[in-house]
Amino acid sequence: MAGNDPFVIDGVALESRLIMGTGGAPSLDGLGAALLASGTELTTVAMRRYSPEVGGSLFQLLLDSGIRVLPNTAGCFTAREAVMTAELAREALETDWVKLEVIADEHTLLPDAVELVDATERLVNKGFKVFAYTNDDPVLARRLEQLGAVAVMPLGAPIGTGLGILNPHNIELIVSRAEVPVVLDAGIGTASDAALAMELGCDAVLLATAVTRAQDPVMMAEAFKHAVAAGRLASKAGRIPRREHALASSSMEGRPDL
Amino acid sequence: MAPQTDAAACDVAVIGGGIVGLGIAWELLRSGRSVTLIDPAPAEGATFAAAGMLAPVSELHYQEEDLLELTLESAGLWPGFAAALGPDAGYLPTPTLALGADAADRRALADLREVQLAHGLGVEPLTVREARAQEPLVGPGISGAFAIAEDHQVDPRRAARAILAVLGASDEASVVRRSAAGLVHSDAGDLDSAVTGVLLDDGTVLAAGEVVVANGLAAAALEGLPSRARLPLRPVYGDILRLRVPAHLDPLLTATVRGLVRGLPVYLVPRADGTVVIGATQREDGSSAVSAGGVYQLLRDAQVLVPAVAELELLECTARARPGTPDNAPLLGRVATAGGEADVPGVVIATGFFRHGVLLTPAAALICRQLIDGIADTRWTRFRPDRFSPATAKEA
Repeated sequence: MAGNDPFVIDGVALESRLIMGTGGAPSLDGLGAALLASGTELTTVAMRRYSPEVGGSLFQLLLDSGIRVLPNTAGCFTAREAVMTAELAREALETDWVKLEVIADEHTLLPDAVELVDATERLVNKGFKVFAYTNDDPVLARRLEQLGAVAVMPLGAPIGTGLGILNPHNIELIVSRAEVPVVLDAGIGTASDAALAMELGCDAVLLATAVTRAQDPVMMAEAFKHAVAAGRLASKAGRIPRREHALASSSMEGRPDL
Repeated sequence: MAPQTDAAACDVAVIGGGIVGLGIAWELLRSGRSVTLIDPAPAEGATFAAAGMLAPVSELHYQEEDLLELTLESAGLWPGFAAALGPDAGYLPTPTLALGADAADRRALADLREVQLAHGLGVEPLTVREARAQEPLVGPGISGAFAIAEDHQVDPRRAARAILAVLGASDEASVVRRSAAGLVHSDAGDLDSAVTGVLLDDGTVLAAGEVVVANGLAAAALEGLPSRARLPLRPVYGDILRLRVPAHLDPLLTATVRGLVRGLPVYLVPRADGTVVIGATQREDGSSAVSAGGVYQLLRDAQVLVPAVAELELLECTARARPGTPDNAPLLGRVATAGGEADVPGVVIATGFFRHGVLLTPAAALICRQLIDGIADTRWTRFRPDRFSPATAKEA
């Protein structure tokens, strides 16, 4: 296994390359069991939906499980809201890390590129470590990296759709040009989508709905754990080229000449 | 260290006058016991907000089959419970129509139906035209409909008022409008000794043969809970709306309409008085105020299912906290002592009903009565409140 292949982000080494979201879980116990089964060491929480002040809540669960929290700005439509939400998170959770999410509208939940760039600059200037959730646009991803994002997180498909990776070529292009970690974020439907993301060269995969709204979240979480590990190994193992014509796996040489 | 001022002793003291506490108090009164209900503001918590859907079928969730046995039991008890309470109970055998807004919503409902059918529950697919023949104000753009005949409703405010009236009219019942501060034990130094009464917030002790803890989220903060009654409750806030249907649209609906709109649940419950209840959000943002975004989401999604919602008069926006537990199941039953060798005498816990307080009230009342009668129904031991607090070796 990839035992000696940590995912390093902002100087922190993580064994697991699966980052989990928490939205949509039917129960706290169920969420806890799914997070455990996923093997995740980093989990993102919507600061607008969960209050760190409330006892016995999600934050307690993460603390008890020893899982690092990546606060996110889900639900923000403007750079201003996102910056304020990030500041709230930094104060409450004592972390500079923030998953920056600035969405354009409630129907597509697609990132608003202009506000995203603006918020990234403001947050970097304030000392945040910005994990930028972005469109699968290689130009925008590159720009976010130049502005100081510690990770770029292109979507595979719109949030919650489970449509998989709609533009694998763009993801590959983003990966090939990035000097910071690339995390495939959003749109994952099932395990093979996550394996593909890793095969395309992504450093990690972030997903929530595919697990939390699955009929058996624990089993699905375990499936993703294996898929991410498998995809990582495959990406490093050097796949064979695609060929038009068959090539027998055993050589033809040495056959009896009848 | 129990203070000396004693109020009149009773057979059972029930802490908490939400629908669950009221139901328990009334059940125990009917069993021939004298009862004191303790609550500074009865029926003004989650009961005040609740829509009162009695919906074990449409509320079924994957992997919550354990809860289904209890919700079905309680739904079966509701008609008799309401009948004993009289016509003011607000019970209606309104059927339920589950609707999907888009194709993915229809598939989600159809997938859930497989589980519902596996449990022998009645969920009948309808065509959109059939559904709209029954409910002509349902919008034509929906993607699918399922009829659920056995999911009914009660108006929790009316039911609570009716029970309070019964308690008020009985010589054997009293309502103390104060907060409980804690439980009083036979041995003040031993949390696992018998509970003998309730300490009120003014320092008064109310002696009782049995104490039922049914004050929702506040239960966890009571002093003197048994050592293994650490109650893992958290507030899950909900926004809910009440609207009046104008005469020209009456009736807006004859069935309770609930559905998924782009993956988000929403329901519309028509009341006998010409109002409609639209709910409910689930928020863990720590805010007890009504959320503007929550109200917007409810109205937006309700209008997808029933466009004429836009014509209604918005009477009331309410937010309350539901007492959530880690496994979404109630904390119901007696509590074992630290070593697990016996139950702590004199106390029964009944809280953590989360989304199902109204539905589970008759079952909770019956189970409490049985426990106090000394009858333990083993079907319900999985809801014991001590399941989250492991037994510890007794100290030497």
